[in-house]
Amino acid sequence: MIDVLYFAWVRERIGVPRERIETSAATVADLVEELKAREDRYAAAFADTSALRVALDQELTEFSAPLAGVREVAFFPPMTGG
Amino acid sequence: MRVRVQSAPFDYGAECARFGQGGRDVGAVVTFLGVVRDDSGRLARMEIEHYPGMTEKAITTIAEEAKARWQLADVLVIHRHGALEPGEAIMMVATAARHRVAAFEAAEFLMDYLKSRAPFWKKEIGPDGAEWVAAKDEDETALSRWSPESG
Repeated sequence: MIDVLYFAWVRERIGVPRERIETSAATVADLVEELKAREDRYAAAFADTSALRVALDQELTEFSAPLAGVREVAFFPPMTGG
Repeated sequence: MRVRVQSAPFDYGAECARFGQGGRDVGAVVTFLGVVRDDSGRLARMEIEHYPGMTEKAITTIAEEAKARWQLADVLVIHRHGALEPGEAIMMVATAARHRVAAFEAAEFLMDYLKSRAPFWKKEIGPDGAEWVAAKDEDETALSRWSPESG
């Protein structure tokens, strides 16, 4: 089981801020493909992953990153702090 | 070094007065205040979402990097989240160093990194609805000047 968190418009498109997911995905990209195949709302949120960022256990990373040992995955648009 | 992420307002004047006091090796203090700007003239409020846990970690990492790179005596970062009205203070940065160039550069570095590497997302609420603020290409360009190659 892995905790998946969504922020900003990704959260709005998917409709929940977080959920626990049973997955055997090897990488973030594999997890995204699994989610897209589930329901339209995921397909809409993940239509263009170049417009998204991902963090594993609260560290920014790439979509090619492996999920082994990861507890928390977060998807969000580019950040707009400051 | 202090990093604070909070929804409550902060007292910029009091924070500035308190910052960098007592160090005999401090010759320069730079402070920056970020304020909610209303470009359209129709902004009712800004809502800032963040990633509790990661936000504090990401800012602390950035602040530690600045402290080491410019040999700062002290660093302070305060960033708010939640609903803010035009004119309200969003965030502040303060740096204390031996010389002013280091204090100014470190403050700019912190601002550039907070803009696109700290997990905050701004949403503008107006009379016609709400819109997420898009990240700008120049925010990424601003980061590249701090990479080791460009010096």
